[in-house]
Amino acid sequence: MTSLDPRDEVARRLGLREATPLRFASPGDVRERLATREYLSDDAIASVVYLADRLAKPVLVEGPAGTGKTSLAQAVADATGARLIRLQCYEGLDESKALYEWNYRKQLLRIQAGRAEGSGPEEWSHLEEDIFAQEFLLTRPLLEAISATDPVVLLIDEVDRVELETEALLLEILSEYQVSIPELGTVRATQIPMVFLTSNNTRELSEALKRRCLYLYIGYPDVEREREIIERRVPGISTALADQVARVVRTIRSMDLKKAPSVSETLDWARTLVILGREEIGDEDTAATLHILLKYQSDIERATKELLGRPGSLA
Amino acid sequence: MSLSEHVDAARCIGFIDLGDRDLLRAALAATLVKDGDHLEAFQRAFDVFFSLRDADPETSGVADGAASTGTDAPGAAGPGASRGEGGGAGSSLSAEELASLLWRALRDADPALLRRGAADAVARYAGIEPGRPVGGTYYLYRTLRNLDLDTLEERLAQWGRDHARSSGELGERLARDDARERIAQLRQAVEREIRQRLVEDRGAATLARSLRRPLPEDVDVMHANREEMAQLQRALRPLSRKLATRLARRRRRRHRGAVDLRRTVVRSLSTGGVPLDLRFKPPRPAKPEIIVIADISGSVASFARFTLHLVHAISSQFSTVRSFVFVDGLDEVTRLFEGVDDPADAVTRINAEADVIAVDGHSDYGRALSTFHDRYAREVTRRATVLILGDARNNYHHARPEILADLAARARSLYWLNPEPRAYWDSGDSVIAQYAPYCDGVIECRTLRQLEAFVGELA
Repeated sequence: MTSLDPRDEVARRLGLREATPLRFASPGDVRERLATREYLSDDAIASVVYLADRLAKPVLVEGPAGTGKTSLAQAVADATGARLIRLQCYEGLDESKALYEWNYRKQLLRIQAGRAEGSGPEEWSHLEEDIFAQEFLLTRPLLEAISATDPVVLLIDEVDRVELETEALLLEILSEYQVSIPELGTVRATQIPMVFLTSNNTRELSEALKRRCLYLYIGYPDVEREREIIERRVPGISTALADQVARVVRTIRSMDLKKAPSVSETLDWARTLVILGREEIGDEDTAATLHILLKYQSDIERATKELLGRPGSLA
Repeated sequence: MSLSEHVDAARCIGFIDLGDRDLLRAALAATLVKDGDHLEAFQRAFDVFFSLRDADPETSGVADGAASTGTDAPGAAGPGASRGEGGGAGSSLSAEELASLLWRALRDADPALLRRGAADAVARYAGIEPGRPVGGTYYLYRTLRNLDLDTLEERLAQWGRDHARSSGELGERLARDDARERIAQLRQAVEREIRQRLVEDRGAATLARSLRRPLPEDVDVMHANREEMAQLQRALRPLSRKLATRLARRRRRRHRGAVDLRRTVVRSLSTGGVPLDLRFKPPRPAKPEIIVIADISGSVASFARFTLHLVHAISSQFSTVRSFVFVDGLDEVTRLFEGVDDPADAVTRINAEADVIAVDGHSDYGRALSTFHDRYAREVTRRATVLILGDARNNYHHARPEILADLAARARSLYWLNPEPRAYWDSGDSVIAQYAPYCDGVIECRTLRQLEAFVGELA
């Protein structure tokens, strides 16, 4: 009977002598260590990160923009002392940008250098072996993460931006931690990396991708947690002001707006209020600084009207 | 849900502390639910299948969790813990004591106290009758009516105002929202408590069946209740945004344009003049014209609104979109959508501003079609795709399918979207069969998912 531990199983498939040691001891450990990197997690986040490590599975993180999806990966990399390798996805991303590419200029040079030496069938096969060697390979983020020997965290950011067909490129890496290069063979990971994928949900991701990942939804934090985040990230703010900021933001998020304020915009707003030397938020301050939280004129007008019961003054 | 996801879930359970209910919840959510919109349904199911008394989480938690890992299907695990002292204590408080307990819990935002208060309130007011096969809505109503939440909320808001740091309109609004949120928490606590008691009474699997609700995108638009309708409204905006992105992408990718000679030559320089790497001009495919003709009489009004919203939200994918609405008269409403940045605003104005009643306010498809034909037939060209939305319930007026035939001959294509289930077509005053031969397709379109799929195909 073989061991059922998924980590050992992955390690065996990769041909490793033993599985990479666990990064986190428990969900509580995740929470504490992320908190030292100024990232405040909640139960769901901590549990999923712990499980991802324990099961050696990638995490797919979804949620509205600006709720800390990308910074989660950064914080995990920081907390575990790993290098963060980031693949920013965009429309039109293909394998030559994501995985690897043959350095064809260098290959051409090699061929032309070969011409001078004269050619026979022997030289050709020799040359062919030569130009498809590691030396002529340009590694891109995914291959780099797989072939790294030091601990890494791989972040595949905004994966919903690539086309459905390109998504398939990721599948081999996500489930097997390996990359197949036709001319070279298969490159296997020498350790089990942590992988995070983020998505803003602009389109449905494929079932195949979802199946390979643990799923984590990060929504807007509740008042309590947002206040803690503000207190931690905005130096010199009083608890009372932080609490008020969090509550105003909750109220604004409950309105029907085009773009609800993100956590980072909340922080910007809190910083502004601190710089202005405010101890509490009055009607005038709100009206004057609302454009930091909201980015559409119609949103600002609507929020001013609902919060203060009068038409927007910035229009 | 696939087999591998089941395996993952089962494995997860092996690596976590089963006494920790929140961790178990997170583990199952991460492995079994892969869509943010479905989390709410998951939470409900989790509460039902893994319900336990909060009074003794250590013992019952482990028992409950262990039972379900053994059988893999959580449904088999009945509620292990029997109703203990938690319920008995419930009715020992007097009505006044209960009220003041709840008030303290709400004022101090104390979750433990709130749970206790909710449990007591349910024991006191819900009057749960064992064995009745209900989902609990009635018990909820009974409990909440006795608690008089409106007065409580008002009192909370008043208290918040008195203790607020910020004054003025803003402080007022914050206090009100705070009160509303806390009352919502109380509601949830009561709801959970009722559900728990129902589970204990009838078992998890039975209750889950009476609680099962469709996901927002699968709700039947014609029969949605008010809460579901609000949910649909919320779902519509992200849905149309998603659809627009997807279409824009597909359009750009579908064809490549002609070879861009200049850029190809530039590229070829780095390969010694051999054009290894062809460059193409970006494609400029033609966009279709859309003409929407929607029945907005009572029975199908909400469906028409959703469709108009969706079509206009992605209007950038079409060269033009023109919208007409009718009951027995017909009116063009395209202008309402012009210069509005949110189609929802325009849709709400349709009812007030469109002039659609010519005779008696009952749908008359024949009359509406002939009005359309008289006024606009010349503008229906080979580039236009015509969408007709309606249940074809003609109130026994003349159907006049020959007009539709003429429109169909003029247009590139003509589709009919019917929000009624296919089984009801041609029953009673439905005359869809008379129109069907002239349509390129008659499509049953009852849910947002079906609507999105159709509109996606169209562009």
